[in-house]
Amino acid sequence: MTVLLVALGAAVGAPLRYALAQALDGRFPTGMLVVNTLGSGLFGVFAALSLGVGGWALLGTGFCGAFTSFSSFAVQSVERPAPTAAAYVLATTVLSVGACALGWTIGAL
Amino acid sequence: MRVSDLLPVAAGGAVGAVLRFGVDSGAPDTLFPWATMAINVVGAFALGALPALALVRSSRRVTLVLGPGVLGGFTTVSAWAGQTRALADDGHAGIAGLYLVSTIAVGLLAAALGQRIARRPEPDGALG
Repeated sequence: MTVLLVALGAAVGAPLRYALAQALDGRFPTGMLVVNTLGSGLFGVFAALSLGVGGWALLGTGFCGAFTSFSSFAVQSVERPAPTAAAYVLATTVLSVGACALGWTIGAL
Repeated sequence: MRVSDLLPVAAGGAVGAVLRFGVDSGAPDTLFPWATMAINVVGAFALGALPALALVRSSRRVTLVLGPGVLGGFTTVSAWAGQTRALADDGHAGIAGLYLVSTIAVGLLAAALGQRIARRPEPDGALG
């Protein structure tokens, strides 16, 4: 049952990521940056809400886990010229962790 | 983007996320999130090397299933950010910083290595 909820959440998160990346990624991968920031923020909110096993499987592990993507981030980084890559890596790191901390704070209110 | 692209990405994403869930559940519980780091590094390498598969070069659908699908769903930025935040909040700021930086360093290296392998010319007479 838990596995099915992970799959279900991911089946929504992954195509949503793909659509946003296709629409917004250009010379700078704005789409993936938005996706990874937003997904990390939601992950923080859901973590603070102390969801049950099923809710966490669906929203945390499934949706947020598959919505965000480290592999795309890594490959996009090594494909870009050094200045763009450096800005992209720094922005993804700061915004993802920052959004997650903000989400955690909001969720704990 | 074609709307028909979304189904293979969704199916692959579900498979990738279940694989990640399996690895995470099977891995021992450690302070340093080794399992997620391994998932992200292996996934970054595999996405970089993906064009080396003949099937990927010939089929757009297979590329969608395996790339943004399986590997996109397998790897995750949200858990990486979440674990970093949790480690820092629990008083392990040093480990949090080490985890954050080492995942990026090793992950980017793995992606670059994968791409190098994918771009290596095939030996004479190789099939596929």
